[in-house]
Amino acid sequence: MKVIRHSFDGVIVGAGGAGLRAAIEAAPHMKLAVITKLYPTRSHTGAAQGGMSAALANVEEDNWNWHAFDTVKGSDYLADQPAVDILCKEAIDSVVELEHWGLPFSRLENGKIAQRRFGGHTVKEGEAPAFRACYAADRTGHMILQTLYQKCVSMGVTFFDEFQVLDIKIDDGVCKGVIAYEVATGDIHIFEARAVTFATGGFGKIYKVSSNAHSLTGDGPGILYQKGIPLEDMEFYQFHPTGIYRLGILLSEAARGEGGILRNKDGERFMERYAPSIKDLAPRDMVSRAIATEISQGNGAGPNNDFVYLDLTHLGAETIKQKLPDITDFVRTYVKIEPIDEPIPVQPTAHYAMGGIPTDVDARVLSDANGTVLPGVYSAGESACVSVHGANRLGTNSLLDIVVFGKRAGQSMVDYVSSTKPMTLSDNAAEDLSNKIDKLMNKDHSLEYSVPRIREELQNSMEENAKIFRTEDSLEKQTEILADLRDRYQNVTISDKGKVFNTELLEAIELEYLLDMSDTTVASALHRKESRGAHSRVDHVERDDVNWLKHSFAFKNGDSVKLDYKDVELGNYEPKERKY
Amino acid sequence: MDVKVNILRYNPETDRKGHWEEYILEADPDERILDLLHKVKWFDDGSLAFRRSCAHGVCGSDAMLVNGENMLACQVLVKEVSTPIKIEPIRGLPVIKDLVVNMDSFFDSYKKVMPFLVNDDEPGERERLQSPEDRDRFEDTTKCILCAACTTSCPVFWTADTYVGPAAIVNAHRFVFDSRDNASKQRLEILKGVDGAFRCRTAFNCTTACPRGIQVTKAIEDVKRETLTIN
Repeated sequence: MKVIRHSFDGVIVGAGGAGLRAAIEAAPHMKLAVITKLYPTRSHTGAAQGGMSAALANVEEDNWNWHAFDTVKGSDYLADQPAVDILCKEAIDSVVELEHWGLPFSRLENGKIAQRRFGGHTVKEGEAPAFRACYAADRTGHMILQTLYQKCVSMGVTFFDEFQVLDIKIDDGVCKGVIAYEVATGDIHIFEARAVTFATGGFGKIYKVSSNAHSLTGDGPGILYQKGIPLEDMEFYQFHPTGIYRLGILLSEAARGEGGILRNKDGERFMERYAPSIKDLAPRDMVSRAIATEISQGNGAGPNNDFVYLDLTHLGAETIKQKLPDITDFVRTYVKIEPIDEPIPVQPTAHYAMGGIPTDVDARVLSDANGTVLPGVYSAGESACVSVHGANRLGTNSLLDIVVFGKRAGQSMVDYVSSTKPMTLSDNAAEDLSNKIDKLMNKDHSLEYSVPRIREELQNSMEENAKIFRTEDSLEKQTEILADLRDRYQNVTISDKGKVFNTELLEAIELEYLLDMSDTTVASALHRKESRGAHSRVDHVERDDVNWLKHSFAFKNGDSVKLDYKDVELGNYEPKERKY
Repeated sequence: MDVKVNILRYNPETDRKGHWEEYILEADPDERILDLLHKVKWFDDGSLAFRRSCAHGVCGSDAMLVNGENMLACQVLVKEVSTPIKIEPIRGLPVIKDLVVNMDSFFDSYKKVMPFLVNDDEPGERERLQSPEDRDRFEDTTKCILCAACTTSCPVFWTADTYVGPAAIVNAHRFVFDSRDNASKQRLEILKGVDGAFRCRTAFNCTTACPRGIQVTKAIEDVKRETLTIN
């Protein structure tokens, strides 16, 4: 196997919003490479739709403290409040900065950035829904991704497109670089780098019905977990209420922000019963639970009573065309109905990982529950857990998270690189990865141990046992299934033995990350005997602040998971009952 | 139902040139073309190579030629195309393997037109103002996802690969007509050149091919007309 060497000060893994924002900050100050398994503009940031919140107060009175209150309440009080303050305060400058770089926000008549309503965002700590989400029609993420990439092009940032990082080298607790696989050639590349940021996004492909791209397999968290770094708050996985029925394709909360209504089979606006004050604009965990409850009580629509309707028919053709063009096109393309005239069949879809690689507010990766920093390693965006989203993320706060903490990751890389000397890696640094690949290439193929078979069983069983509602029984059953799948994975085989564009090989490696993500999700969920945010235990329905106002840390312990905990950092807002 | 699918295969490690392979697949009429490719890859031949990511038409990975027309495999349903379904790589770029082409020259052309906002004026602490009308002038071309469906459907591009192509011009348009940008003149000088917008012969293939519904040929015409203002 050919091994090619590179030497950089810093490497960023992933070229979505967080990775690109980090690159813009770091590139002027060091020799920097951005490594992405896709092309940068294919990253899943581009699929984000509705908006990015910031208390610009362009439409009505607003301030960042109200945004912080909503974020903390939305998180079911699990978010670390000092981190939330940073997120909401720095939101304002972050939006303005993107505008200065060219982001084509939708505009108000007076020329200022337009803002819309979104779930869980209110004025005056819950008084009424707030116009806080800055948007560009319903393709805000696309515009952010394009703008950040355009900025990188203007700066001449160095990219390695379609290179997949598969290993990190940490010697004596210090980062020395990463090892990557070049998709087009099968060559192995050693990247010396003393500062490495993982901005690899989420892992929604552990579930069957998901809004996530095929590429979202938890690569960054998986690589670090296998090196003994814990994963934080993995039991908190967000299901977005409105995925297109069966397909899971996202239909933005902006649809409800603009006035869309959820209805059951009888046409009833059922959210009035679950969240009397803000109804359809309740946070996602509550709306998804409400839909799941309606369906389980027989109020779902269709021959199998297994979906509800998102009704936009009262909004009018002009509003839909101006403000929701993309998502209504998805409905026309995939469901073949006209959303101006007919309600849309929807069901909750796996959407966003609140948990991930533990970091501090400077994006520095933490190697335990005591806050020990792993020198030279950073993470930002969905792959990281700061934690600003706690047990449930509010809509629009993910696009905010990627720019606020992406920038901080870049700044931390600059600080670290300027105060340390270059690291060297020997030629045998690639040995572990080469051996892993050789093992897959040299084994005879067997359908029983093929990647798609194991992956399909993984996704179906996670959907069945570890989705919106969980019980001790369902999670224990899933633990056993995962152990069996892990055994079978030890024998995983592939049929393609070539070097050029061997994506079957990469899918096999990614499957191990998916198993890691599932193991930690299920173990953390099994041990948390309360219901909080997106984690709903049917056998422990109440939130328990006495015992569980804490973050979980899941460590790899052989083939099982070991858990540790850390207290939540409180601030201005004492935990209260969460009502909307 | 059973669907017959023909895929133009090429593996540089074993083949001297491309060849057609036929697959009979059990498929639902509502499935995407991308789902068919996954069926082949996951349950028949794991070596089949194609790019894909989001699977709903926003990332731009899976542009390919389906029954002779460029489209995104994730955006077209089985029931919308005639059978047998013929799937080939997009044209005019070197094939790496099966349905995967080398995108380097495509992105090089994109980078040539300065696809970024240029404005050195002090912007102040808040956003620059822009009226909804000014914002609307370039709305259509902000939708581009750089999938290359337009450029690789262009007969001029097939014969002259130095032509920057429709996608690059669309991305220039997005800035030329942005009231906040100050580099229109430089961009238009590039596009006035021998490999620029005047290569376009208004075949309209690009407009038909665009999976985002961008009026690509119109954007190219807008840019051509605008070059006349910079003499």
